[in-house]
Amino acid sequence: MIEIRFHGRGGQGAVTAAALLAKAAGYDNKFSQGFPAFGVERRGAPVKAFTRISDDIITIRSQIYKPDYLIILDPSLSGLDEVKEGLKPDTVIIVNGEIDASGFEQKIYSYDATSLALKVLGKDIVNTAMLGMFAKATGLVSLESIQKAIGDIFGGKAGELNMELVKRVYDETGSNEAKEANDKETEG
Amino acid sequence: MTLNEGAIVKEPGTSRQNKTGSWRTFRPIITDKCIGCRICEWYCPDSAIKVVEKDGKKVAVVDYDYCKGCLICLGVCPQKAIGQEKEKR
Amino acid sequence: MEKKEKKGKNVVEVAQAVAEAVKLCEPGVIPVYPITPQTHVSETLAKMEADGDLSGEMIRVESEQSAISACIGAQATGVRAYTATSSQGLALMHEILFIVSGMRLPVVMTVVNRSLSAPLSIWNDQQDSISQRDTGWIQLHVEDGQEAFDTQVQAFKIAQETRLPVMVCLDGFVLSHVYEPVEFLTREQVKKFVPDYKPEVSLNPTKPVSMGTLGTPEYYIQFRKQLQDAIKQSRETITKVNREFASAFGRSYGNGLIETINLKGKKHALISIGSVAGTARKLIEKENIGLIKIKSLRPFPADDIAKACEDLESVGVIEKDISLGGNGAIYDEVKAALYKLEKRPKVSGFIAGIGGRDINLNDMEAVLKKIKSGKEGTEWVM
Repeated sequence: MIEIRFHGRGGQGAVTAAALLAKAAGYDNKFSQGFPAFGVERRGAPVKAFTRISDDIITIRSQIYKPDYLIILDPSLSGLDEVKEGLKPDTVIIVNGEIDASGFEQKIYSYDATSLALKVLGKDIVNTAMLGMFAKATGLVSLESIQKAIGDIFGGKAGELNMELVKRVYDETGSNEAKEANDKETEG
Repeated sequence: MTLNEGAIVKEPGTSRQNKTGSWRTFRPIITDKCIGCRICEWYCPDSAIKVVEKDGKKVAVVDYDYCKGCLICLGVCPQKAIGQEKEKR
Repeated sequence: MEKKEKKGKNVVEVAQAVAEAVKLCEPGVIPVYPITPQTHVSETLAKMEADGDLSGEMIRVESEQSAISACIGAQATGVRAYTATSSQGLALMHEILFIVSGMRLPVVMTVVNRSLSAPLSIWNDQQDSISQRDTGWIQLHVEDGQEAFDTQVQAFKIAQETRLPVMVCLDGFVLSHVYEPVEFLTREQVKKFVPDYKPEVSLNPTKPVSMGTLGTPEYYIQFRKQLQDAIKQSRETITKVNREFASAFGRSYGNGLIETINLKGKKHALISIGSVAGTARKLIEKENIGLIKIKSLRPFPADDIAKACEDLESVGVIEKDISLGGNGAIYDEVKAALYKLEKRPKVSGFIAGIGGRDINLNDMEAVLKKIKSGKEGTEWVM
């Protein structure tokens, strides 16, 4: 079972991203679970959401304390204790924009999703873009399934634009870049 | 008695079968002074008074099958047209 | 349920799956008042209505007390009535819940479990539904999204066959707001499984009846006995509907009242209700311990629980409620159920997950170890 934890701010769509990823994994015929760390909704406040993906049925219902993947929608969150909580040496971190990598020993994939989201959506909403990064970096879920899930949840023009955004992120990101960033980190 | 589930009374009109007139100890008597103003009809808690037309004149009539003898009608009558009489049974 | 399925899975939010099940059962009237975390159920139904996909009519009411009262009026006219609520909303319905069951109206309600104020909490526990266990409603608790969907469909059938109201309870957020795979049934399948609702007596101006009339002391106690007998009897209907569902759609949940998992040959067992069973499922194998999942809180399956426990040395009840001044409500009922056994297992109680406190694997592991130690009494997991 793969456990993914999302960190974002209220209004950035981390909860929707967790749901989209669960839906996409379902289309790939995997078992999945997507849910938020339930709380009162406040724009801008740090928000957590979770996705589990597995080949077998998932029964556990607790939150995710030791994520295999960490997806950070907003780099300004990366210093928070709750973001660093429970990270394993092999946890893979996927982050929008640059973060101060000195606090992390883990492999980090970073990409400026905000700029592309502004270009494609005209808005700084990167939740779907992050899924494009995740799909490319991990291969755990297919681009087609993510696009299908986006179609289900958004529909209409917003759906089309988000599908385009995901595809562009998927095409423009790769593991090489991220590895380089990580190598530099280990050298430095 | 059969206990219908949900305490349902399936046949309507059962309160009509319960002739509460037998509870009465004093009976109201409508006298000639009645002008048929219907105030007693409105006030009667058992709907046991009806104003009807009799010989071209409106007049209150008590249904003694259901009148319990509360005598509210006697109290509200503006004409003091209602008297009372002890029930003899 | 453990089987691998065909290509692609239908991953939906569990609250939306519940709304889908309700839609397929075609209630005529749906009066609801919004309250977190139930809102995702009624919002989905409202969207279905706006899309012209709902056969019944939703009523906007001014409170939960009005919602359940409107259910009474609607159901009495001879259509299915459905509502959903949580927490304070259910508490506000309390007075009317007795009237629904006393009038033998098979209203169906989803309770998305949430804690009760004060202190104010929107998060999950089961204090709300468990404190309504004396109101004459059948109360079914579910573990996952599929069971929520299936039980919601079964509830309409159970209700109309027993002429008793049914509450389907699912954990708020922890289950209601989770996206997970749920297999839907089709309208035709559900229509066949849940026959049309045709009550013997209903409100109709052309043939007036009185419902829920005065119960004088010579009759009231008899009506209460009649209601109690009906709820006790409903276990037969619940198990039958569970069997029928299994043969129609290939899914079942224990005997419909309790489910035993990994229990054979075990000396210890965890007893749980609702979604917490899921978190325990993996660990019980590792800890060599059995699991008894209570699905039906009312009728309380005391005999089934006693039978499941007869060869055990110790059992522990984990529950998300507290009967203040007493114990966990289910802990006390389980102890009473085991009293008739000649050789009784030790019973421990665990109050956990109150007010949305996450029950994680470490908590669960500690609980299982304590059960195995055979220690008695109640502990708070916090």
